[in-house]
Amino acid sequence: MRNTFYIAWRETRAYFLTPTAYIVGAMFLVLTGIFFVFQITSTRPEASVRSIIEWATFFMVFFAPLITMRLLAEEQKLGTLELLLTSPVSDWQVALGKYIASIIILYVTIFLTLYYVLLLYIFGSPDLGPVLTGYLGLLLYSAACGAIGLAASSLTSNQLIAAVVGVAILLTLSFADSVGYTLSGVVKTILMWVCMDAHLNDFIKGVFDFSHIIYYFSVIALFLFVTIMSLQSRRWR
Amino acid sequence: MKIITGFMPPSSGSVSIAGFDVVSESLQARKMIGYLPETVPLYTDMVVKEYLYFMGKIRGMDNSKINKRIDDVIELCGLQMYRDSIIGKLSKGYRQRLGISQAILHEPEILVLDEPTIGIDPIQVVETRDLIKSLKGNHTLMVSTHILPEASAICDRVIIIHEGEIVAIDSPDQLGNRLRGGAVIELDIRGPRKQVVKALQNLDGVRNVMRVTGENDGTATYSIDTDQSIDVSPKLAKLIVDSGWELKKLETLSMTLEEIFLKLTTTESTEN
Repeated sequence: MRNTFYIAWRETRAYFLTPTAYIVGAMFLVLTGIFFVFQITSTRPEASVRSIIEWATFFMVFFAPLITMRLLAEEQKLGTLELLLTSPVSDWQVALGKYIASIIILYVTIFLTLYYVLLLYIFGSPDLGPVLTGYLGLLLYSAACGAIGLAASSLTSNQLIAAVVGVAILLTLSFADSVGYTLSGVVKTILMWVCMDAHLNDFIKGVFDFSHIIYYFSVIALFLFVTIMSLQSRRWR
Repeated sequence: MKIITGFMPPSSGSVSIAGFDVVSESLQARKMIGYLPETVPLYTDMVVKEYLYFMGKIRGMDNSKINKRIDDVIELCGLQMYRDSIIGKLSKGYRQRLGISQAILHEPEILVLDEPTIGIDPIQVVETRDLIKSLKGNHTLMVSTHILPEASAICDRVIIIHEGEIVAIDSPDQLGNRLRGGAVIELDIRGPRKQVVKALQNLDGVRNVMRVTGENDGTATYSIDTDQSIDVSPKLAKLIVDSGWELKKLETLSMTLEEIFLKLTTTESTEN
């Protein structure tokens, strides 16, 4: 556990010392901010976090892989992964430490979007319930994005490829419901179930359903497992 | 080396470090090892001191011990001036030193250095070699290198691996002697060449006169191959002086590792 902590510590520090996280984070805030402004200045402004959450999760699909892309890809390129994997640290500690660091950065950025919610409370009176569940949904969604991005980063030493693969997986998972609507039967059920966005709707409506939480945790667990397997695969053959 | 350090699995066979198998008891085995990979792995965005602290931490060292060891290795590797520098700004030679210092930080029993002097300038090469030599005694050192003079300079035991097969294991000196089965002696003699050659060949312990260079009746250099079991130098000297020739030089040559390597990897592989 201590090893996990030190890896997470090092990684978080690196995020704060290099420009990537700042630039990508700023970009994320600018984009969500623009769409927040569009919503509240539209003809039917809504005193709810619905649009914030929806746009934040949409941009999270691009934001999270850009944050996680360096985690393992860079280590492979620099050769430091060899050092890390030959230290008395187990693979899951490496994966978990890095994952925690990325979650810290994602959550710090999400924390900054609370400014929009603050504005909503100043100029309107949104219900507290949907705000809380909406943000819970956003946090879970982002954590799942982080795990997928990390898994993508473990597969290659090229950061760009890691980001593209991450975005591709996330786009597939978040738009699976659009395909699902056009179909019927078992395929539809499966597509609706794996879709990351479909599980978010209840949170936005203010409905707290445990099955959605289980879904996001399953995604996180699955992709952390993929990451650990990918690290371990070096020792196979 | 990647197998020894547990980074890659062996395709066959097994390695155990201090009794721990590198595959099944990987974590324990890894604790015994300090490793410097060929591409010196450094986090270029970190500060020297912090990097060492991190490396110490993930190897499970205590805070009190770690800070003392960081001071020790920084001094040992001559990094005092760069304690607080960002690693990305260090020169290649200093990065190499930092790489070695992280490897010895936790006082491992076994130190594995993969080509430690590649890509640094000649002065730094000498310094790095001295540093490596100074580590002898505290650790079991294993160095891989393509630079053969380096191996003869720093190693007590040389293993030559050719196409995945071990072709020789011995000390650099022994390796030369064993391979040749004797020593080569070079002589500068002033005297009639034909008689000298004949006399040399008839001497007990001399196997062959391999090469003669120089003037016909003036001074010539003779290289002779001798039997290792008999020390022929005194006899040679006596023979030459008794015959009334002038002996200007008598030198026993040892084979360089390059020659040994070439001989082992070319002749032996074709003979097999």
